[in-house]
Amino acid sequence: MKPHSRSRLILPDLPRRQFLQGLAAGGVMLGLGPLITPAWAREADGTAIGTAKVLTGTEFDLTIAETPINFTGTPRMATSINGSIPAPTLRWREGDTVTLRVTNRLAEDTSIHWHGILLPFQMDGVPGISFKGIPPGETFTYRFKVVQTGTYWYHSHSGMQEQTGMYGAIIIDPADADPIRADRDYVVQLSDWTDEDPVRVFDKLKMQSDYYNFNQPTAVDFFRDVANEGFSAAISKRKMWNQMRMNPTDLADISAYTYTYLMNGTTPAGNWTGLFRPGEKVRLRFINGAAMTFFDVRIPGLKMTVIQADGQNIEPVTVDEIRIGVAETYDVLVTPGDEAYTIFAQSMDRTGFSRGTLAPRAGMTAAVPAPDKPEPLTMGDMMGDMGGGAAMDHAGMESMDHGSMAGMAGMNHGGMAMDHGAHAMGGGMAMGGPVRVRHAKSEYGPSTDMRVDTPRTNLDDPGIGLRNNGRRVLTYADLHTIGGPIDPRGPEREIELHLTGNMERYTWSLDGLEFGKSTPVHFRYGERLRVILVNDTMMTHPMHMHGMWSELESPDGRFQVRKHVINVQPAQRVTSLVTADALGRWAWHCHLFLHMHAGMFREIVVA
Amino acid sequence: MMNNRVNKIAAAVLALSVSSVWAEEATSPAKTSGEQEAMPGMDHGAMDHGSMPGMKQGSRSGTTQGSGKAGDMSNMNHGDGGMDSGSMSMQGGSAPPDARDPQAYSGGYDFGPIPRPRMGDVDKFGSLLIDRLESVRTRDNSSTVYDLQARFGRDYDRAVLKAEGDVASGKLQDARTELLWGHAVATFWDTQLGVRYDSGVGPGRGWLAFGIQGLAPYWFNVDATAYAGEQGRSAFRFAAEYELLLTQKLILQPRVEANFYGKRDAAHALGSGLSDLAAGVRLRYEIRREFAPYIGVERAAKFGGTADYARAAGEDTKVTRFVAGVRFWY
Repeated sequence: MKPHSRSRLILPDLPRRQFLQGLAAGGVMLGLGPLITPAWAREADGTAIGTAKVLTGTEFDLTIAETPINFTGTPRMATSINGSIPAPTLRWREGDTVTLRVTNRLAEDTSIHWHGILLPFQMDGVPGISFKGIPPGETFTYRFKVVQTGTYWYHSHSGMQEQTGMYGAIIIDPADADPIRADRDYVVQLSDWTDEDPVRVFDKLKMQSDYYNFNQPTAVDFFRDVANEGFSAAISKRKMWNQMRMNPTDLADISAYTYTYLMNGTTPAGNWTGLFRPGEKVRLRFINGAAMTFFDVRIPGLKMTVIQADGQNIEPVTVDEIRIGVAETYDVLVTPGDEAYTIFAQSMDRTGFSRGTLAPRAGMTAAVPAPDKPEPLTMGDMMGDMGGGAAMDHAGMESMDHGSMAGMAGMNHGGMAMDHGAHAMGGGMAMGGPVRVRHAKSEYGPSTDMRVDTPRTNLDDPGIGLRNNGRRVLTYADLHTIGGPIDPRGPEREIELHLTGNMERYTWSLDGLEFGKSTPVHFRYGERLRVILVNDTMMTHPMHMHGMWSELESPDGRFQVRKHVINVQPAQRVTSLVTADALGRWAWHCHLFLHMHAGMFREIVVA
Repeated sequence: MMNNRVNKIAAAVLALSVSSVWAEEATSPAKTSGEQEAMPGMDHGAMDHGSMPGMKQGSRSGTTQGSGKAGDMSNMNHGDGGMDSGSMSMQGGSAPPDARDPQAYSGGYDFGPIPRPRMGDVDKFGSLLIDRLESVRTRDNSSTVYDLQARFGRDYDRAVLKAEGDVASGKLQDARTELLWGHAVATFWDTQLGVRYDSGVGPGRGWLAFGIQGLAPYWFNVDATAYAGEQGRSAFRFAAEYELLLTQKLILQPRVEANFYGKRDAAHALGSGLSDLAAGVRLRYEIRREFAPYIGVERAAKFGGTADYARAAGEDTKVTRFVAGVRFWY
């Protein structure tokens, strides 16, 4: 399918987009005292600019306040921690007990959630679930023992504060020597910033859910397709979408129309730079701290060896590009030569990017690639195994008669190198046949706009926009946690949840029930559970379970990787095993901020 | 609902009944199984054979990446007509008897002692859409027309205010104002129940209103309401709009509206049956999503007894109107 290209007639947008790449000096221009010296201007041990201050030790004082910032030329107020965006990087040591005193200087409640950290639930920081929140003027003391290692992050779980700047990195060093050796170590935290009030953004999406999508198929595109592919092909390309009132370019709810994408709190024009000496091994800790943006990250000219996913060491895998879902973290090693390299993180909808530079000397830059063309969603993204596209069910194809095969004149078997042996694989797929999906009763009402009966189970699909781009793109099938699963037990019980929504109404839910209509999910203390997530929407949802690891399974039920966020692609079914070893009350939600806010959220009770 | 703007050209073509292509194919013998029905426009270009479980990782790059256009099966087009059944099962419908109980996982547990978080799904939203605020010019007349819709409430239940009217020579001519309770009943549809009041020239008329509003397949905005008034009066109003994106900001909006009345109403110069029908197109440019000036042309006709009243009053029964106005919302 030919990618839809944006009509030339919207050129008036472009200057604005370019402008939104931001101010070179933008960001945390505080000048409010030595404590909050602009992070970007400080030369941290002579090696970097733009890196947030690093706090180490076991006692931390964090102050939440409103802070003036200016990323785009328009001064705005942000919600900051210790006056910086991102918040200070917290460096802990495995085995230590850390004490974090969080003081609220805002006019509203606040909270900090330590994302991906295993701790007693009262310390998890989700207002209304694990504690009451931190009222204005008060200090809440978090204290817990650090029992893991790796790269994590922290953010507010209150109001719209995560969107307005409250996020920072956590690095936990192993008690013993780190098996990963690197000469340099940089946090690369990606995020999205809007000058708009996030409440207003949500209101706009309620009014018009495609408000920020300026990549919609147009009549011009249609006539181009008619010219290129013929009338009936152009019609059939659109028929199902239009019939179902779905949009094949619905790739992101919020685009660069309002977002400025940041790297370590720095705009693309500001160009965050990490320095190195040629030949050094550089560790980059990628954290997606965005509210609503999936980033596709690559460093042209460098291969990235992925060594950690969501804080857990994995068997190294070398790739050109990584899609980093909201709230995921990936640590990579790169060995740059004596030149500058662009760290390029384009948004999944290709409307913008965040960018920085790795350079042997300050001031050097490399070429910045143009964002790829956005690719429309395929039938496979809507229908799973039935829909062809990324996950075509070859077993299904076998039943095709030859009469209809003759209709496939345009199909070039040689070019596709399609292995007909693969057709016989049907029985071996997905653990012996089509996967049985059980929709919830509540999925048949106004809260859902589609249901997938035959989801795909493939984990090696990099997702829309990254298929067949000529680059080696990391997929979940590539991830293998070193040491295998925590718990050797198989599942005693299964819990199936469907990710649901209605794009037209801009409602998001699980099993067709928004949080306000839900009841908690009960995990029996100590049990080993299989969690089945089926995506009945057209968007990828980064699902985050608090308090416990999710151990992702391959389609045939083998242990794959330990994660705190699992991206579930459109029309995909993903299973993971969970050991319910953390008593208490936990949150479980889509980490796309407005999806969570709209109700794609559950409470878990472990008892 | 005004938030649909996917390419609607295909639907426009359908509406013009140039649809023989798939009308024939729907009955073609090539359609033999559900699997085929599900594969119109099958995109083998994106097909990732490496994704088949059981296949070696190494086969990925060799089989799929770089195959490029070769796999484009746009010619494969055997199941178009049959698609309907496949897609329909993906939306709406009623739950099968074995559907899961979504509350079953709670195991009897409820929320804890802390007041649970309040999310956006329980918030109320308000919006005001001035769909048309336009100056209307016919051969021998000019007036100003307004057509607005305001909403306030939650996602699935809300108050809806609809108002439409025209002002000529500084006087309100015909005005229809409705206050309704909108309740979501299906993915794309709300029922609306409430009252309508007609004002302007002639005696006021009150009605009870019951209707549906929503989005039909192929992105037609539909608003159909039946009314019951005093003295056995009844009425029915149907309006449909469509948005055709010429570019991302230039939008052509065809619109039709028809009114029916159950019995004659001399005071309002209305006959029974179809009373009037208007069809027009408006071309708007969205300076911002919320603010779009437009120009348009509309053809309106009166029918039956209503046309007789018009003729008796020396008016034309068919007029062409030129409009210029602005659409905006907040």
